[in-house]
Amino acid sequence: MKFLEKFNFIFLVAGLGLLVTAFITLGLIPAMMTKSLGAIDYHPTEIPDNFTKHYSTLEEYEAALYKGRDIYVKEACWHCHSQYVRPVGNEALRYGPVSTPGEYDNSLNLPQLFGTRRVGPDLSREGGKRPNDWHFVHLYNPRDVVPQSVMPGYPWYFDKEKNPKPEAVALVAYLQWLGSQVEQTGQPVADGE
Amino acid sequence: MNSNNPQTAGRQFPIYEDLVKAHFIAAIVYSLIVVLSGMSYALQFLNLYPFPGVELLSPGRVRMTHTMAVAYGWLANGFFAILHYVIPKLTGYATFSKKLGWICFWVFNALVVLSELMILAGFGQAVEWGETPKELDPLIAIAGVLAVFNFLAPIWKARNKSFYVTVWYITAALVWLPLVYVMGNFIPQYWMPGSGGAAITSMYIHDLVGLFVTPLGVGLVYYLLPVLLKKPVYSHALSLTGFWGLAFFYPMNGAHHYLQSPIPMWSQYAAIVASIGIHVVVYTVIFNYFATMQGEYRKIVSSIPVRFIAVGSICYLLTCIQCAIHVTMSAQEIIHFTDWVPGHAHLVLFGTFSFWLYAWIYYLWPRIFKTELYSRTMCEWHFWLATVGVLVMWMDLLAAGVMQGYMWKNLVPFISSVEATKPFWWTRALAGTAILVSEFVFVVNIYMTWKYRRQAFSEQKLNEPLTRSTAPESGK
Repeated sequence: MKFLEKFNFIFLVAGLGLLVTAFITLGLIPAMMTKSLGAIDYHPTEIPDNFTKHYSTLEEYEAALYKGRDIYVKEACWHCHSQYVRPVGNEALRYGPVSTPGEYDNSLNLPQLFGTRRVGPDLSREGGKRPNDWHFVHLYNPRDVVPQSVMPGYPWYFDKEKNPKPEAVALVAYLQWLGSQVEQTGQPVADGE
Repeated sequence: MNSNNPQTAGRQFPIYEDLVKAHFIAAIVYSLIVVLSGMSYALQFLNLYPFPGVELLSPGRVRMTHTMAVAYGWLANGFFAILHYVIPKLTGYATFSKKLGWICFWVFNALVVLSELMILAGFGQAVEWGETPKELDPLIAIAGVLAVFNFLAPIWKARNKSFYVTVWYITAALVWLPLVYVMGNFIPQYWMPGSGGAAITSMYIHDLVGLFVTPLGVGLVYYLLPVLLKKPVYSHALSLTGFWGLAFFYPMNGAHHYLQSPIPMWSQYAAIVASIGIHVVVYTVIFNYFATMQGEYRKIVSSIPVRFIAVGSICYLLTCIQCAIHVTMSAQEIIHFTDWVPGHAHLVLFGTFSFWLYAWIYYLWPRIFKTELYSRTMCEWHFWLATVGVLVMWMDLLAAGVMQGYMWKNLVPFISSVEATKPFWWTRALAGTAILVSEFVFVVNIYMTWKYRRQAFSEQKLNEPLTRSTAPESGK
């Protein structure tokens, strides 16, 4: 059994072999099964009614979705808000339809934003639940609409008259987009608020 | 194992002591960033955040600087310092080049500082434990490969020996580090979206701790504990089981970070089985440590490094028992997404690996400066504040997590669960304050040890039982 203590065997088997095996079996193969080898470019087909006053062309709206996603990443929203609904814990009743791989198959989910913690609620079914104005007030100071909230405010996305800057509009466009890729039909039940 | 007589350290073995010192100093500076950023973030949960409305110190960004400072600043620098000391001792050869060691030190730390600043400026990446900006990731990978090359060269030169267990862990961890880093920071960012990306990210989340921090932490304690106790490790066969068990089970654990997600179920079940397999690894390692201590348990009281190792080992056992319980689907239904998870994370990275790093610093810092620790009293304060702090934080967040999980399942309004958690967040902040104070006591003690270093070296005083006559008084 001396070979178990030798450099070459440890380097090749423990170091390279077992890690690569795990990467193929539990990384590559699941990715192939969920068709997520390479993202499908996402292009919206229409501007939602609540954003027609902000964006006149589809290109502007599409750019805003990606910009909103980038703000969601840079402010690390994903550390406190998850983006998938589990089939357990009555989550389908709270948030909406259980998540399926297909809805995450696009370039707005590259990198994926599943998240591992819910300091605040899941956001994968957030689109359409609340009006844009609620989101703007909430982003400026969450306690103006939810007094017990512990979420930080983001006043730097608003001008001196507290009107949303383009960044805030883009972020809300992204938040209102979340859940639009759900393939199944299913009636989300309100979050008990 | 080679001779461990500290009097000959640096003369008999080709150790670049300046690099050990430099990496330790960097680690200690980052440890202050860790506690300050963690404390600030904890205050946000009480609506007492010290910098509200400041874009560059937004709590979400500060949270990322906290975890990055833990992984890349504090733990990585600490381990690199020890590797610069241990590898020459175990192989008899110097690292590849002193100049390369210094290049790695400056490049790596410049990248860590730049990462922290860029995260605050809004360049954070959406990969958990890989929030270093995607613009810097290729450079960090190159710096990592250079450091690995520098450390593996002496092991390669001595490759025909049968190595001691510490070298197995170091070798494997050094091979894993660049592979894991490249996998986790590039594939989910540029190639795989959604569920496939999550499968890779989950492996990265686990592997950074499981295949970098764990093998180095465990392997280095296998070195330090017999040295402190002046007796051989209890069982060679057990250490062999522990090492190969880790190499086999840990890489397959990843998906347990996204259980009940759209990742294929069979891979989630595979990850759960592999996670339970970790029991084999942990029990052999912990049994081996405590069996080595057999007959010397008094040293847990008398020797500060031995005590940090022992308590860190108990925390390691607790985290791993906890892991095997909460990784099951039925427990996940309740505790996933809750405060249970940060509770677990703090017990692993602070209670276990930081404690083992403290043991190493308390052992090595006085030796490389040929002096003795400035104050035993401050060691005691550091130890007790840190231990009480991390255990209170752990139990508090566990309880909060269970409560949140059941409130969510019972469909109470989400904000009610937030309101109900506030007392737990207060307790967490108090426990965090204890840890913050303990860290400052530690840093002051280490600084004063350096400042008053011109004293005769006395190994005796560190390992002897604490009595009035041998306890070094403060200010000596």
